[in-house]
Amino acid sequence: MDDTLESILVCTDEVNLSGKETERIGYMLFYALFYIPKYELEGGNKKGDTMEKKTVLYEKHLEANGKMVPFGGYILPVQYETGVIKEHMTVRTGVGMFDVSHMGEIVCKGKDALKNINHLMTNSYDDMYDGQARYTVMCNEFGGVVDDFIVYRVNEEEFFLVPNAANVDKDYAWILDHQIGDVTFENVSDKYGQIALQGPKAKDVMLKLVDPEEIPKKYYSANFNATVAGMKCILSRTGYTGELGYEIYIDKDNAPKMWDILLEKGKEEGVIPCGLGARDTLRLEAGMCLYGHEMTENVSPLETALDIFVKMDKEEFIGKQAMIDTPSNKTRVGLKITGRGIAREDMKVYKGDKLVGETTSGSHLPYMKGAYAMAIVNKDYAELGTEVEVDIRGKRVAAEVIELPFYKRPRKKA
Amino acid sequence: MTPAELKYSKSHEWVKEEGDVVVIGLTDYAQKELGDLVFVNLPEEGDEIEAGEAFADVESVKAVSDVFSPVTGEVVEVNEELMDNPAAINETPYEAWFVKVKNVTEKEELLSAEDYDAHCANE
Repeated sequence: MDDTLESILVCTDEVNLSGKETERIGYMLFYALFYIPKYELEGGNKKGDTMEKKTVLYEKHLEANGKMVPFGGYILPVQYETGVIKEHMTVRTGVGMFDVSHMGEIVCKGKDALKNINHLMTNSYDDMYDGQARYTVMCNEFGGVVDDFIVYRVNEEEFFLVPNAANVDKDYAWILDHQIGDVTFENVSDKYGQIALQGPKAKDVMLKLVDPEEIPKKYYSANFNATVAGMKCILSRTGYTGELGYEIYIDKDNAPKMWDILLEKGKEEGVIPCGLGARDTLRLEAGMCLYGHEMTENVSPLETALDIFVKMDKEEFIGKQAMIDTPSNKTRVGLKITGRGIAREDMKVYKGDKLVGETTSGSHLPYMKGAYAMAIVNKDYAELGTEVEVDIRGKRVAAEVIELPFYKRPRKKA
Repeated sequence: MTPAELKYSKSHEWVKEEGDVVVIGLTDYAQKELGDLVFVNLPEEGDEIEAGEAFADVESVKAVSDVFSPVTGEVVEVNEELMDNPAAINETPYEAWFVKVKNVTEKEELLSAEDYDAHCANE
C-alpha cells in the first residue's frame, strides 16, 4: 500500500486525563481530547470504584508510575513520568512500547469467511495472501461507520479482525446480525494481550528476540506462527504511529513477561513505555483516523477521505447503496494553525462568515512543533493553501489547509 | 519543596507579595499534573482581574486549563517570556511567574506552604 495512505487505524473514542487529581487544578475545563464525564468531575472516579477493566499489563503500568485514566472501557496510562512530549519523540527517533491489550480480536472461520468479510467490510479481500493485513471500515446501511478494523487473512477460510476496544461488543453483535452462509465468528478479545513496539529502532530490538526469518518483511503483514522470546505469538508489522513497528498479539498470561523482556532487551536502544497521550499525538501527526473523531456512525468513509478503503467496484457491501444514493460534498483535510492557539476537536471552521466545517482532532504536535488539526470541511474549501479560521473557544484563529499526513517518516533507500 | 515564603490557593496558584505588588504563578503540583505545557494565554497590562475568575489559560499537549486569580486587582506586568517558552512553568514553576498585580482590593483565603502540601496530599 502507498505509504502516504498508510494505515489510518484503530483506537477509539475519548481519553480522559483527570482521574481525580487533575480536575481541580484551577478548576479547569479540559476541552479537546480529554473529555471528562461529569461523574468524574464530581469525584466518582476514585480508585477502586471505576467500572473500567484492567488490561493484563495493569500492574506493569503502576510499577512504571503510569498516570492511569479510563479509555475505551479500560483503565490505561495516558502517560508515564517521562511525559507525552518525550514519549512522542522517543517513538519518532528511537523506540517506544505501548500496551494495546484493550484492542479487540474477532476470529472469522468457515467456507464463506471471505464472502462475509467482503459483505461486511468496505475494502476488498479477494486478492490477499496468508498473513496479509488490510485496513477497512465496517458501515451500516446508511453508509455511516460502525467501526474501523485491521483484517488479516490467516488462510483462505479464516480471517482475524481487530476492532476498537470500546466497540467490540457492538461490532460483534452487528456482525452476528449480518453474517451470511457457512461461517462462525468468535470474539476472542479476552484471550489476547497486545503490545506495540514502534519506532525506527523497533527492528533492532526485535532481532534480539526472534529468528529474522520470522519477522514480517512487508508493512501490513503478519506471522501467525511466530516465536518471540520463546513465546508463541502473532507478530504483525503494523502500528498507529507512522513509524516502522510491530504489534505482538500474545496469550494474555504471557503478556506481562513479554512486556518485561521488551523493556530489558530494548535498553540499549533506549526503549521506554509510552501512554495513550503519545499514541494520540503520534497518530494525529501521521494523519491517521480515530473512531469517534474522524469517523462516526453518522459520517461516511467517503466524507472523511477514506475513499481508498472503500471499493465501490465491489459487487456489494453493507452501506454501498447509501453511498451511491447520497453523495456528499465533504472531505477531511489537515489544518496548520498559523495564528496563536491550539485547535482541539469539535471546533468550527470558518471562511469569512461562512461556516465550512468542523475539526475532528487537534493538538500541539511534538515532532512538528506546532498546533495542527484534522477537520471535515466542505470540498470547496479543501484545496491546499486555503486560508480559514478556527473558532477556538470564542476566538477566531487563522489556519491553513495543508497536506495530510503532517508527518511522513524518512524512507531509507533499499 | 514547596517554598515557605509563598502563599497558595486551593486551585494551585502561588502568590508572592512584594510590597503592594502581588505576583502570581502555578505551583509545582499543578505543573506536574498538567504535564508538558506548550501554550500560554496571558492577560494584558492594564487588565482588571478578579479573585476566583480565570485570568489566563495554559495548554498541555492534551488539554487546556484555566488559571484562576487569587486576587482582584490591576495587571501591571505580564511575563511575556512564558509565551515563547511555556516549558519554563514545568522546569521552574516558582520562578515562572504569570502576572504582577497592583491595587489589590480583594484576596482569597490563602494557604501556607505546609497547609498547601496537606491540601495536595488530599487531592
